[in-house]
Amino acid sequence: MSLVITDLHAQLEDGTEILKGVSLEIPAGEVHAIMGPNGSGKSTLSKVIAGHEGYEVTSGTVTLDGEDILEMGIDERSRAGVFLAFQYPAEVPGVSNANFIRAALQARLPEGQELDAVAYYKELYAKMDLLEMDRKFTGRAVNEGFSGGEKKRNEILQMMMLDPSYCILDETDSGLDIDALKIVAKGVNAMRSESRGMLLITHYQRLLDYIKPDHVHVMAEGRIVKSGGADLALELEANGYDFLKEAATA
Amino acid sequence: MSYDSSTTLDSETKEAIDIDRTSGDFKFPERHKYDAGRGLNERTVDYISDVKKDPDWVREFRQKALKVFNEKPMPTNWATEDLNNIDFDIIRYYLSDGERPKRSWDEVPEEVLKTFDRLGIPEQERAFLAGVEAQYDSEAAYSNMKEELSKQGVIFVTSAEGLKEHEEIFRPYFGKVIPTGDNKFSALNSAVFSGGSFIYIPKGVKLKQPLQAYFRINSENFGQFERTLIIADEGSEVMYMEGCTAPKFETATLHSAVVELVALKGAKIQYVTVQNWSSNVFNLVTKRGLAMEDAEVRWIDCNIGSRLTMKYPGVIMKGERARGEVISIALANSGQHQDTGAKMIHAANNTTSNVVSKSISVGEGRSTYRGQVHIPKHLKGCKNNTECDALLINTKSRTDTYPAITVKGNDHATQHEASVSQVSEEMLFYMQQRGIDEGHAMSLAVNGFINDLVREFPMEYSVELKRLIDLEMEGSVG
Repeated sequence: MSLVITDLHAQLEDGTEILKGVSLEIPAGEVHAIMGPNGSGKSTLSKVIAGHEGYEVTSGTVTLDGEDILEMGIDERSRAGVFLAFQYPAEVPGVSNANFIRAALQARLPEGQELDAVAYYKELYAKMDLLEMDRKFTGRAVNEGFSGGEKKRNEILQMMMLDPSYCILDETDSGLDIDALKIVAKGVNAMRSESRGMLLITHYQRLLDYIKPDHVHVMAEGRIVKSGGADLALELEANGYDFLKEAATA
Repeated sequence: MSYDSSTTLDSETKEAIDIDRTSGDFKFPERHKYDAGRGLNERTVDYISDVKKDPDWVREFRQKALKVFNEKPMPTNWATEDLNNIDFDIIRYYLSDGERPKRSWDEVPEEVLKTFDRLGIPEQERAFLAGVEAQYDSEAAYSNMKEELSKQGVIFVTSAEGLKEHEEIFRPYFGKVIPTGDNKFSALNSAVFSGGSFIYIPKGVKLKQPLQAYFRINSENFGQFERTLIIADEGSEVMYMEGCTAPKFETATLHSAVVELVALKGAKIQYVTVQNWSSNVFNLVTKRGLAMEDAEVRWIDCNIGSRLTMKYPGVIMKGERARGEVISIALANSGQHQDTGAKMIHAANNTTSNVVSKSISVGEGRSTYRGQVHIPKHLKGCKNNTECDALLINTKSRTDTYPAITVKGNDHATQHEASVSQVSEEMLFYMQQRGIDEGHAMSLAVNGFINDLVREFPMEYSVELKRLIDLEMEGSVG
């Protein structure tokens, strides 16, 4: 059981190639981190896996437990088990958080079956308590007027409620103060399990102090250029990304 | 209420019943005793007067109105050219079976009963309504209200019964809020009106449950011209709700109503409309209320469907401290044009009006907002708030806003806000990434956009509204 990305190439509508042959395997039960400088293609990788229509996949494959997901629609990929925690979550004016998450769960039920509202709220409140979120949050419109920290917590709440088999967290630590970061990490760590794979995309080592990855990869110019264990992140923190330039000029 | 389901029905009728009931798109074969034929002239109007046994003053009223209708040009100098596609010569102006409206559903003809049963009317009546009138083509098939209301002196009858049996209350207000010559279609309605409600709420009587009318078109090339007059006497309160549907016909159908509301001193009238016309209906409706001292008139209006809707509910605030409000939602899908708005005429000191309009344009649908606010110079302390927001679902949709706020004098407070927004790709991507398909994501976005207005509708109607929007949005994405 794993999320497998093989030699993935993707470009923008104007033909600019952003992913230039990414290969990566995330087995269930493991937490991988991708680090790299701005513009290296980290966020693009997450969007392409999720099916964003602004990118065209020109070659390569992405399979989920052996199934090709590149042919699936965005919503189908989600229901198949891919969750993306957004760096900049969109606002959905007028739609309450409770109704939004409910609609997402309802979309996973067979036609004609209604979500049990009592059980749903019980679970929602339990997860909100874990993430130290105020009950008033359920009635607020999705991400509208949220602080950066509230948005990120909301992403983790949705992730916990939808219980996906693979989680991709795109720059989840950006815009968080240390207390919020600890709470978000608590939520993510609570979701670590033998049956779930996780991919953390981050610019900084900071997040990895709280969520210990099994593997760390470095991405640059649309490719993964280095892979290693958790200590690779520390090395990057100490020495920066300068080695990439050396590698490029070498 | 009971009826035998199969034994007496012919095959065409059985077929009609099998069609999906999620929309109003079904019809029964026509069986009319009275048919004014196609086209409109003095004889058509006489025929209607004869069938309806109009008193002389109504006969004269109709014939005068016909002249006004013929003289008035189509308002295509400001409105859409599509109006020129209405063929007045092929329309049938009166179709009925000649029966008086029944007071019990058991007495309503079977097919008509089945129609309203499928639309859920008898069920709603039992659940939460104080009274119901159900109109089928030209005339009401059913009209009834709870007994305790008649004991309190409430009148809820058809307009035909109103003008004959309650002339002393009916006649002084009839055609006064909306004169025959107000516009071409109010003149048309005045010439050929049939059906609609007459309601009188006595002094101080406050209805706890709404009264409802349901307008159903069953016949092709038919024109429905109901006429409604509601008079709320001093200190009384009433909520009136109307629903409208028609099956999908190949050719155009015309609905042209006139609705007049009179709220006397301290009275409160709320008029709620949820229309779901099929996409060949020209819906050209004139609605206006008169609010006397301390009175309030609220129009809560939802326009879904139709080929062209032109409707600008208005309030004339004639007494001091009178209040007028228009809350409206319009959804224009491909092939539809919702041309809606509001008219607020301040005619006394310290009067207040509020207009909140939200339109949604989908596909090639087109929404137009026309607002008129009039505050003359000699008045003091008048307030108006106008907000109109448009949501565009794709780049082909079109929205126009024509606000006309005429405020003279310095002692008034007006504010106007308008916005145009889109369901952005990033919003859709976000919702779809959570597993929600495109149709449901659109529905969520649209429901979110109108969420604050939907709260103004009675709960039973807001559920219906949400369902209608879901159906429209799911049908609009590929």
